[in-house]
Amino acid sequence: MRGFAAQSLLVLALGLVVASATLEAHEKMLARHMPLGFGFWHQTAGFDIEQALIPFAASSSTYGTAFLVGLLNTLLVAALGIALATILGFVIGIARLSRNFVVARLSAAYVEMFRNIPLLLQLLFWYNAILRPLPAPRQSLHLPLGAVLNNRGLMLPGPHVAPGAWPVALALVLGLVLGLGLLGAARRAKRLTGVSSGLGWWGLALAIALPTGAFMVFGPPLHFTMPQLQGFNYVHGVSLYPELIALLLGLSLYTAAFIAEIVRAGIQSVAKGQREAAAALGLSPALILRLIVVPQALRVIIPPLTNQYLNLTKNSTLAVAIGYPDLAQVFMGTVLNQTGAAVQIVFITMGVYLAISLFTALAMNLWNQRAALHER
Amino acid sequence: MNAEASSYVVRDMAPARLPPVTAFGPWRWLKQNLLQDATSITLTIGGLGFIALLVPSLWRFLVSDAVWHGGPSACASAKGACWVFIAQKLPFLTYGAYPEAQRWRVDVVVGSGFALIIWLASPRLPRRNLAAALFFVVFPVVALILLHGAPALGLETIDTSLWGGIFVTLLLGLAGIVFALPLGTALALGRRSNLPLIRLTATIFIETVRGVPFITVLFLANFMLPLFVPAAWEPDRLLRPMIGTALFGAAYMAEVVRGGLQALPRGQIEAARALGLSSWSALRRVVLPQALTIVIPGIVNSFIGLFKDTTLVSIVGIFDFLGAAEAARADPKWQGPSIATTGYVFAALFYFCCCYAMSRWSHGLERRLQHGPEA
Amino acid sequence: MTRRLSLSILALTAMTTLAGVAHATSTLDTVKQRGVLQCGVETSLPGFGIPDDKGNWTGLDVDTCRAVATAVFGDPTKVKFVPLTPKDRFTALQSGEIDMLSRDTTWTQSRQSAQGLLFTGVNYYDGQGFMVRKSLGITSALKLNGASICVQQGSTSEQNLADYFQTHHMTFKPVNFDNADAIIKAYDSGRCDALTTDASGLASERLKLGNPADHIILPEIISKEPLGPSVRKGDDQWFDIVQWSLFAMIDAEELGVTQANVDTMMKSTNPAIKRLLGVQGDYGKTMGLTNDWAYNIIKKVGNYGEVFERNVGEGSPLKLKRGLNQLWNKGGIMYAPPLD
Repeated sequence: MRGFAAQSLLVLALGLVVASATLEAHEKMLARHMPLGFGFWHQTAGFDIEQALIPFAASSSTYGTAFLVGLLNTLLVAALGIALATILGFVIGIARLSRNFVVARLSAAYVEMFRNIPLLLQLLFWYNAILRPLPAPRQSLHLPLGAVLNNRGLMLPGPHVAPGAWPVALALVLGLVLGLGLLGAARRAKRLTGVSSGLGWWGLALAIALPTGAFMVFGPPLHFTMPQLQGFNYVHGVSLYPELIALLLGLSLYTAAFIAEIVRAGIQSVAKGQREAAAALGLSPALILRLIVVPQALRVIIPPLTNQYLNLTKNSTLAVAIGYPDLAQVFMGTVLNQTGAAVQIVFITMGVYLAISLFTALAMNLWNQRAALHER
Repeated sequence: MNAEASSYVVRDMAPARLPPVTAFGPWRWLKQNLLQDATSITLTIGGLGFIALLVPSLWRFLVSDAVWHGGPSACASAKGACWVFIAQKLPFLTYGAYPEAQRWRVDVVVGSGFALIIWLASPRLPRRNLAAALFFVVFPVVALILLHGAPALGLETIDTSLWGGIFVTLLLGLAGIVFALPLGTALALGRRSNLPLIRLTATIFIETVRGVPFITVLFLANFMLPLFVPAAWEPDRLLRPMIGTALFGAAYMAEVVRGGLQALPRGQIEAARALGLSSWSALRRVVLPQALTIVIPGIVNSFIGLFKDTTLVSIVGIFDFLGAAEAARADPKWQGPSIATTGYVFAALFYFCCCYAMSRWSHGLERRLQHGPEA
Repeated sequence: MTRRLSLSILALTAMTTLAGVAHATSTLDTVKQRGVLQCGVETSLPGFGIPDDKGNWTGLDVDTCRAVATAVFGDPTKVKFVPLTPKDRFTALQSGEIDMLSRDTTWTQSRQSAQGLLFTGVNYYDGQGFMVRKSLGITSALKLNGASICVQQGSTSEQNLADYFQTHHMTFKPVNFDNADAIIKAYDSGRCDALTTDASGLASERLKLGNPADHIILPEIISKEPLGPSVRKGDDQWFDIVQWSLFAMIDAEELGVTQANVDTMMKSTNPAIKRLLGVQGDYGKTMGLTNDWAYNIIKKVGNYGEVFERNVGEGSPLKLKRGLNQLWNKGGIMYAPPLD
């Protein structure tokens, strides 16, 4: 009963705090003629954004579109960063366990160095360290395959879909579906009979042959336009801006250090006896890794790994310090400043990140329930 | 052996291997650690090559090409680090604009704070309860009075807008420990409470704070807070990021402490209750001391994260160490190609030393905890 | 445990209820109660608002804050400067974080009508320009088609830039940062071909470059930028105080009252000067101030011309001409309503 009293008091108190803060803010917003509501969403933005994945023009796009541009830029840097950090993190985590003294020490040095220096500082360093030494557009470094590097970023040949692309794409999809189907059938057959059927190889052959054939018949599905210097800058290519490169580099190098530690701990968590037992049963080292160590290590690795992915996504808001147009920079920066709808915009921004976090946490919990040890 | 497994298992006995080659001394070490096989030899050569590439250029930048004497003109075209710049700006980087004559107050607060932390952190020193009481209760009050000033005590008031540099970074860090740990513990207990509404409240708080970027919290605290509270309630501009940091740290701390609470066998609390302890004393005397000890490494880790995150306050206009370094970099008097890099390298060294020291300490502690408590 | 919890919750509830009782007071009362004026300024723009290593602020906008503090307290030091980036400044003012904003902010219709700001006047008439490297060999902004341009986030410059390039059928790549230092560093490192901001800002930022002589300011002025202090809507008394603190400085220059001669001017027979210095009439009292408010401003901060010369004019490293900011009767457009 006392518990009931305490709880209702807590809820009452919290309700009062929230209600009075809301009232206070509402009253002040009214008195100060601050914009209420979300009318700004459909107004013309009137400013430009350097990197926009969807068409954006100052003269016609709305603040709502600016929000989308920012969100997409955040998702882009998060996705690329997660991919890079995972690869690098796994390599370094495994390297730390290497029996080779030099490799193990170097990996340890990497981990200690990168995780003990604030990310913001690393970002500022990369941004200033990448920008300064790079040449101006007219003195660009020309890299293989037509890529160009200068202090405006990395310009890559831009892919364009050719008219004859759809048969090739169709063949690719068909080849993949058939190949995977055959591979699955081969696995089932092997599990049941213990004999390799060779069906899997047929699947692989099919997956390669179909698109190659279509390519021969219909020609290349993509053609590339090379970046060209025109006036001040390179045009006609895909450019990775220095802000994106610096942010990507900073985020993935930093997060990789944490992932490396997680991977190391995961591998070490698999008891030595497990490997020895597998070896005693006659499994080859490659099979031990695939069938014994990795599945057990992953159970330990994946939950903290997801946390690191979320951290990386949240940390991408540090983009404001180096001018990368992510959600926080565009929406909580320019849009907020031009519309004055501070309360709405800050809460929308927080809500987006919260939704990403909660969604991932939910997915994680479902996965955990499936992957957890089922003791009988 | 069933049919399913039979396909994976070799059918013939493996051929007997030769006895291992025995070797002694340094050669053996080399063979075992660097030159096991072809891959290992390649990796060793690659690794050494990398070091050979990195170390000399670092040495050149940091030492041989660096500028150690002179003024701004000496750095105008320096290829290496401009250490004179750091030397000149060190007072500003350390104390911000805190008046020179009053800087002893900062030294006293930071010094005593560290002394208390060392007392708390070394298991060999006596009376750590007293240290805890001093650190969590007395220290914040004394620090506030000493730093901000109290005209009644003859201490001139120093406005917080003059505070800056390493001192503010350390202050934010200290506030992080002093407030985040108790608050985090309370939240963790709340999340494990058997009263559903309290559990729900704690969970919502923890998950919300952990789900949003720190910078949005800081923005809310530093530019929008007065909108939500009556004018009389506005906390100081420097206090706000401190509160923000503490709340943010508390949510992360709560999850670490919860891990410790979960790791504690139920029998402990049941035994304590059976002995007649009230639930409150069982918590205070049995559960918390054990749970917190288990997770000390986790606490230190999340504190390291918090300490690094304090750099974000520079984005919302607080002159912490990084903010001061950025401001110093903008000084038109100091214009050299290496000024920015020098500032970053210096800041990196500072943060690295602090964080690395903490993580080493926590590793040592972890190892000792695994070996069981000392008798 | 539960009892303790209940007690603390009760205490919390009591505090919240108390908070609800406290009513909104006028800005003047809040400022007086606090004992210090909180004024939003530039983070680091030489001539307009910049702190030195000791935390001493200088600049035209900073002195505007000091004038208001002097009007309220008779003491120019009773002001706390809150450095703000352009994108944070309006949020800080709206929320009540600062009492007034004096941070080279352009007076625009939407800021006043839709964002709840009230501009009290203009302390610097400006326009937006471009700075480029001499080595580019460009002499006109119309040659900037396709250029990368560094611009401060959340400023009118951002929109003017888009407008200008659209009107002239040109394209550009914006590179934006939230603080002036990041922009100048990015421009200096070659990230952008041009840097754009208000012409006064360009003159000021140019001082931060390694070799200012390597850079030129293009002749085109693409916008009008009336820069001035602003307050929140909804407090007319406070609006009056901030507005007339600036007007008093301008009127003083027009009447020839300076920091040096203000004491002798107290004996002046000119009725306009008598009213300005509070010798005659209750002009201060009607705003909730003392009658010597303007005397204090002139005595302790100076008249507009003096403040201009000291911070951005010939007496400063910026060496800006008075130009439009000359008084209306001397060829400029600086004009303040009479103190009558």
